[in-house]
Amino acid sequence: MKASISLRGAVCHVAVLAALAGLASVQLSAQMLINGAGATFPAPIYQKWFSDFNSVDSNVQINYQAIGSGGGIRQVTEGTVDFGASDGPMTDQQLAEYQQKHGFPVLHFPTVLGAAVPTYNIPGVTASLDFTPEALAGIFLGKIKRWSDPAIQKTNPNVTLPPREIVVIHRSDGSGTTYCWTDYLSKISSEWKSKVGRNTSVNWPAGLGGKGNDGVAGLVKQTSGAIGYVELIYAVRNHMAYGLVRNSAGEFIKANLSSVSSAAADAAEKMPADYRVSITNAPGKESYPISTFTWLLVPSKINDAGKRDAIKKFLKWALTDGQKSASSLQYAPLPKALQSRELGDISKIH
Amino acid sequence: MSRMNMEISLRRRVTNIVMLSITGLFTLLTITILFCILGYLLYHGIGSLSWSFFTNLPKPTGEAGGGMANAIVGSGKILLIATVLGVPVGFLAGVYLSEYSGRTFAFVVRYVTDLLNGVPSIVIGIFAYAMVVKPMHRFSTLAGGIALGIMMIPIAVRTTEEFLRAVPNSLREASLALGATKATTIFTVVAPAAIQGLVSGMMLNLARVAGETAPLLFTALGNMFWSRGWSQPSASLPVMIYQYAISPYEDYHQQAWAAGFVLLALVLSINVTARLVISGRGATARR
Amino acid sequence: MAATTSTVLDRAPEPRARGFWRRLRAGEEIAYLIALSAATLVLLIVGLLVYQLWISSTLSIHAFGFSFLTGSTWDPNAGQFGALPFIYGTCVTSALALLIAVPLGVGASIFLAELAPPNASNVMTFLIELLAAVPSVIYGLLGIFVLVPLIHTYLAPFLTATFGFLPLFQGTFYGVSFLSAGIILSIMVAPFIISVSREVLYAVPTDQREAALALGATKWEATWDIVIPNARTGIMGSIFLALARALGETMAVTMVIGNTPAISASLYSPGYSIAAVIANEFTEATGNLYLSSLIFLGLVLFGLTIVINAVARILILVTQQKGAA
Repeated sequence: MKASISLRGAVCHVAVLAALAGLASVQLSAQMLINGAGATFPAPIYQKWFSDFNSVDSNVQINYQAIGSGGGIRQVTEGTVDFGASDGPMTDQQLAEYQQKHGFPVLHFPTVLGAAVPTYNIPGVTASLDFTPEALAGIFLGKIKRWSDPAIQKTNPNVTLPPREIVVIHRSDGSGTTYCWTDYLSKISSEWKSKVGRNTSVNWPAGLGGKGNDGVAGLVKQTSGAIGYVELIYAVRNHMAYGLVRNSAGEFIKANLSSVSSAAADAAEKMPADYRVSITNAPGKESYPISTFTWLLVPSKINDAGKRDAIKKFLKWALTDGQKSASSLQYAPLPKALQSRELGDISKIH
Repeated sequence: MSRMNMEISLRRRVTNIVMLSITGLFTLLTITILFCILGYLLYHGIGSLSWSFFTNLPKPTGEAGGGMANAIVGSGKILLIATVLGVPVGFLAGVYLSEYSGRTFAFVVRYVTDLLNGVPSIVIGIFAYAMVVKPMHRFSTLAGGIALGIMMIPIAVRTTEEFLRAVPNSLREASLALGATKATTIFTVVAPAAIQGLVSGMMLNLARVAGETAPLLFTALGNMFWSRGWSQPSASLPVMIYQYAISPYEDYHQQAWAAGFVLLALVLSINVTARLVISGRGATARR
Repeated sequence: MAATTSTVLDRAPEPRARGFWRRLRAGEEIAYLIALSAATLVLLIVGLLVYQLWISSTLSIHAFGFSFLTGSTWDPNAGQFGALPFIYGTCVTSALALLIAVPLGVGASIFLAELAPPNASNVMTFLIELLAAVPSVIYGLLGIFVLVPLIHTYLAPFLTATFGFLPLFQGTFYGVSFLSAGIILSIMVAPFIISVSREVLYAVPTDQREAALALGATKWEATWDIVIPNARTGIMGSIFLALARALGETMAVTMVIGNTPAISASLYSPGYSIAAVIANEFTEATGNLYLSSLIFLGLVLFGLTIVINAVARILILVTQQKGAA
């Protein structure tokens, strides 16, 4: 008797809860929720943008989930998110697949620029090391096995490098940082190009993997003799030593806002119509060679008018006001010329 | 007795004492681990807990005052769907096994239920992605709820069967003798007699799936804001813990500890309550 | 009991019970059909699950066939997918987990069933069963921030110093590794072994112990030589259940295993498990073959757990029949 009453009570309880939840959803429905997913590389700035944009237009909430660049491309193709994000542009094959599936193309919008840096942990060495492209390729191919190898020692005459074993650390997940890194290695080493190639995830010849930029940073920190690659902001925030890389003009360049912007300057002039461009190993004396754009992947046709307008409004805001917060998070803002060109292309979304 | 003992050689006596102490040590070790887990979470979790954790939305790293209100509500909504789907199906299937079952079919159902119970949660996640997320073209609270709901079914079935079987047959016979039909007997006599056990069993079941992370990764995904209705991606406590734990930011790690503490407190308190109810009932029944 | 029966007698003629239930009585078969369809639904869900896994992985099955299981290259770039490193990682971590959890669990269950006073035993079992309720993501959290540093500073140097001559403990210890994953898993599965084994030990008739003791056996001898052999099948069943759980465990393993598809004899080496690779790469697999291969991995894992569960069930069934006979 008592039991059956409490059962009935439980049923009522559930019903009330459901009703409340329904009510809550009615009240909130004035707000628009837009879902995006993809790259972890620009995630810190995107999180800030979407949070800030919510105070610019309180009716629009943009939910961004950093699941990796590969994930951004896949989920936008599947149509499970409203937009994707990636640090590596989609391949022709991926674009064709998208077109075939949806009947209209997907657009690339570069948002900011970032850099991947070689970060290392060698006991007793605090100086910034100078890396030649050959040294980096050799290390990541597993051919240069010790820190005291002449290929590294030669360019760092002021540092005594120990004969310690080099432990290569790479990303375990599909990653735009990996795309940028392997894209660079493919350009400067024909052996890398033929053996490994470039992609968001590759079959690494050496080393161990960490999940996300943080996983790599954490592993490098824990492992003496380690070298890994992370997005610049992760190295800066984690106070990790990172090296200079020799660019195509023969200068050793430290990754920072100006050297990354310099790498973009050249590409901005010769930017193809679809913005899919690689700026690794860019020309220019000041250019940091392992820089990249990061892209939002937006469908060119959005049926929901409210969503379409909101996304357009956000893009406009991100390309103008949003650019101002980039440098505080170690991302380089887009070159001015590129900003205005992209603003014009927002109208391609319909 | 004493003569017996003297006959036992020293070696055997030492073995006896050593081995028995080792078993005691192992027990102690296991229980110590539990207290270490609780202690660590208490220590780190309480320190990072604040009122805003329960009332605010997550903030970008570096900004103070972020919370996980949306994840708490999101977990609640996902679990509500899971319960609404998993419990009735499991309960009715359990009723079938306990009250109606033929032999072969019941064996098959029981076997398949155990099979489903053994399916790794990540595989259930793949299933829910393929069945719900892909056709709907969106990650959603609903997809997460369905994934967890499927995970609730096998335990719901077996708990129901077990507790209904524990109801003495004399009750059924009394009811049938009074002219009640079988269905009436089951739903008005047998099930109410087992209600305490059933409700507790379902609570244990709920507590088990409340901490599930893997199947939510690609069903409910995550959300930085409130999730409206049922067809939007939703934040959930376990997924937030995972994401924050592997992030590189100290403030996020603090939040992960706080969330871990809240989740563990929730899961364990449901668990303890349900177990106490069951064992209390068991004690009276034995009497 | 008598009280309950009288409640029922009181209730039967109550007016409240009429309306709905009378209509239901008329639909006696409907109630039966509803229960039957719920049972059928369970079968249907599992059938659909298998079907879905199968059709989603056909692409990979056709491309690689049986060599999928023996291939050791996982190269999304070249479209080469082999599951061996993941299968290896899953097996090594699970085996390591059992290696630690079985002595620990069986030992503790002996203490709880044979030595501890029943009340204390109940309280301790209650606490241990709570360990089984701790969500795996929390084990992962503690694994990253507490356990891995502990292993790194204390356990690994000790193992290297003591057993460094074995290939198992050679190489550099990075923190994340087979070893860390195995230890976390052992903590997670030990409660299962303890609580099931304790029940099994309780089921062994008391007179067996008394007979052994009367013949002059020590308490330990009575337990080890008489009680344990009697309960062996049931204990094996509990171990297989624990194994099934260890194989499918995802989050805690992902957070500490190192996520590198490597096959190495050293437990210090980072590795990868089937469940972990699915969790890491499922949302971001860009090619169809890539995705299909991940689902194929899911199917392999599913197959593994079916076999393990079946073995566990058979063992438990055998124990029950032996008990009945």
